[in-house]
Amino acid sequence: MNPPSTAKLVVEAGKAEQHYWRDLWGYRELLGFLAWRDIKVRYKQAALGFAWAIIQPAVQTLLLTFVFGKLAKMPAGNLPYPLLVLAGLLPWQLFSSAFSGAGNSLVGNAHLISKVYFPRLIVPLSALAVALIDMAILLAVSAPFAFLAGVVPTWRLLLLPVFIAAALLIALGAGLWVTALTVKYRDFRFITPFLLQIGVFVTPVGYRTDFLPHWRDLLALNPLTGVVDGFRWCLLGADYSFYLPEFLVSSAVALVLVATGLWFFRRTERQFSDVI
Amino acid sequence: MATDPAITVENLSKRYVIGHEVRHDTLRDALVHGARGWWKALRRRGEQRATREEFWALRSVSFEVKRGEVVGIIGRNGAGKSTLLKLLSRITEPTEGRFTLVGRVASLLEVGTGFHPELTGRENIRLNGAILGMSRAEIRRKFDEIVAFAEIDRFLDTPVKRYSSGMYVRLAFAVAAHLEPEILVVDEVLAVGDYAFQRKCLGKMNAVAAQEGRTVLLVSHNLGSLIGLCDRVFWLDQGRLRKVGPAPAIAAEYIRSQTEAAGSDFDFRAWGSADRRAGKLVITGLHLNDGGPIVHREPFRARIHFRTQAAVEGVAFGLGFCTVEGTRLATFDSDLDGARLSYRANQEGWIDLTLPDLPLSPGRYALDLGARTGDVTSLDYLPTCGMIEVQPGPRTNVGCVQIPGGGLRLAAQWKEPAVSPG
Repeated sequence: MNPPSTAKLVVEAGKAEQHYWRDLWGYRELLGFLAWRDIKVRYKQAALGFAWAIIQPAVQTLLLTFVFGKLAKMPAGNLPYPLLVLAGLLPWQLFSSAFSGAGNSLVGNAHLISKVYFPRLIVPLSALAVALIDMAILLAVSAPFAFLAGVVPTWRLLLLPVFIAAALLIALGAGLWVTALTVKYRDFRFITPFLLQIGVFVTPVGYRTDFLPHWRDLLALNPLTGVVDGFRWCLLGADYSFYLPEFLVSSAVALVLVATGLWFFRRTERQFSDVI
Repeated sequence: MATDPAITVENLSKRYVIGHEVRHDTLRDALVHGARGWWKALRRRGEQRATREEFWALRSVSFEVKRGEVVGIIGRNGAGKSTLLKLLSRITEPTEGRFTLVGRVASLLEVGTGFHPELTGRENIRLNGAILGMSRAEIRRKFDEIVAFAEIDRFLDTPVKRYSSGMYVRLAFAVAAHLEPEILVVDEVLAVGDYAFQRKCLGKMNAVAAQEGRTVLLVSHNLGSLIGLCDRVFWLDQGRLRKVGPAPAIAAEYIRSQTEAAGSDFDFRAWGSADRRAGKLVITGLHLNDGGPIVHREPFRARIHFRTQAAVEGVAFGLGFCTVEGTRLATFDSDLDGARLSYRANQEGWIDLTLPDLPLSPGRYALDLGARTGDVTSLDYLPTCGMIEVQPGPRTNVGCVQIPGGGLRLAAQWKEPAVSPG
């Protein structure tokens, strides 16, 4: 039996801000449960189950290797082309699944939002957790292959979390905008897959930027370029160089997106249950 | 501290903006509207646009609930009951006013919120517990108790999509019943499940309420259960608090007021919420004795009109007669008399209930109407949706008229002792 709490909650019209961040912390377990639910449910009644988490990126790696490596004959340096693609696919998958997950999160959980209170930010955040777990699985599965191909982990691996964080923050910022807008305008549901389709080509997932000097600065305008190159820099050893402008763009865009995304989300949050 | 009220509500108001024909506005609409509005604003500056219609679901409601008190809320559909609960549960924000809650709050606006059909019973207990605000440790501690209460231990590892509706509801309520909040906010959840389980839930609610310091706020159409459970009843009417008082008194006055005009023809097409009218099967009207008088000990015929919006199977209709205080006197269920029916989508139809000899004593009665599919799944339910006046007839004896009441007067055999007078 819990001791009777004397926690006092005051809710006043137009003044809900005070306890929001404390509430968010109080509901952290729910975040875990929602992520756990999404992962559990995804492969239910699928005969191959978790294998799908591997099959998809494997096929995509082969496809991109074929298109960029064989057809377009893009250079890969000293690296096996599939490995280059895989190292690019890791952050791309992380971003795209976090972004589309966060973007659909509110409408996907509409039944919860109209019936229970919790800080709504929990929902897009749990989508990030799902994407992160997916990427961890893919990373763990592909590590032995990289090792067999002669890639030796270096101290740079320790900096991988920085780029993971950058990918997640960009996804969160963009996802917050999209999900809050989708509550009212379902159009944004169609915009996300469209953006991702373009994104996989304008982001250097299937090719490396350091061999394209003329294009490099243009590509750097895409905040995900810095993330993808950062991943490769961390994972693929000494062969890959670090390009600072890319990273600055990524960080700046990440911060701006998250700040404005949070602002817009918080501003519209109070109407979610009335509109959704 | 102990004298602090558990719930203090001051001037609470909630305004909704209605008049949107399209539910999910598209971006194009917004752009077109925005452009038009801008154009208009340019052309006739200062002129107000009146395209939005405002609706106050709740208007300046103030009250206090003491710690440990059980309060019921009644009111017609649309009176603001659900809005009040949604505000107190913090699902939606007030437009004006404020409220203060002292203690841990749990709200149950629906049984089984967040249940996922693909997950097993075991997994859903954990998920639902977390959604309702239980901690991981709390769920673990109460797990066995919840399973025992729901009586589903054999199906614990079966996905809930394979559960019968009764099992589903039992599991969902079991989780909810094991919350240990200081303030419990409950909406209509007692209207589900089979009767035995409803009694069990009411028992559990009583136990919760009886515990030191537990405050319960309960919305129910089941006026009878409110009387048994609540210390006080709040009557909401058109967004305002109309009356507060002890349950039996308020309930009686409430029923009298909302069914003042007794009749024999009822139109339910506009009754209740839009959600109700969007159901698979909607009861659209009730037609008694072809519009003629309803007479004690004479034949009685009720024609229930309905419309379907999806194909439904195994439909049973029900009609209940209640006293003006809301106590059910008699119930007629079509499935008990062997009538379970199936309908195609988008059909209009009617079904007749006939009694050769109406046993209701002369007087006023409230009507409950309903339709369900299967044993527990409600299709449509219209509690106290109308009032009838039963007239005395040629077969009514004078005593019945002079002393009203008596409820049902049923035919019986009477026999004297077989002794010869001495």
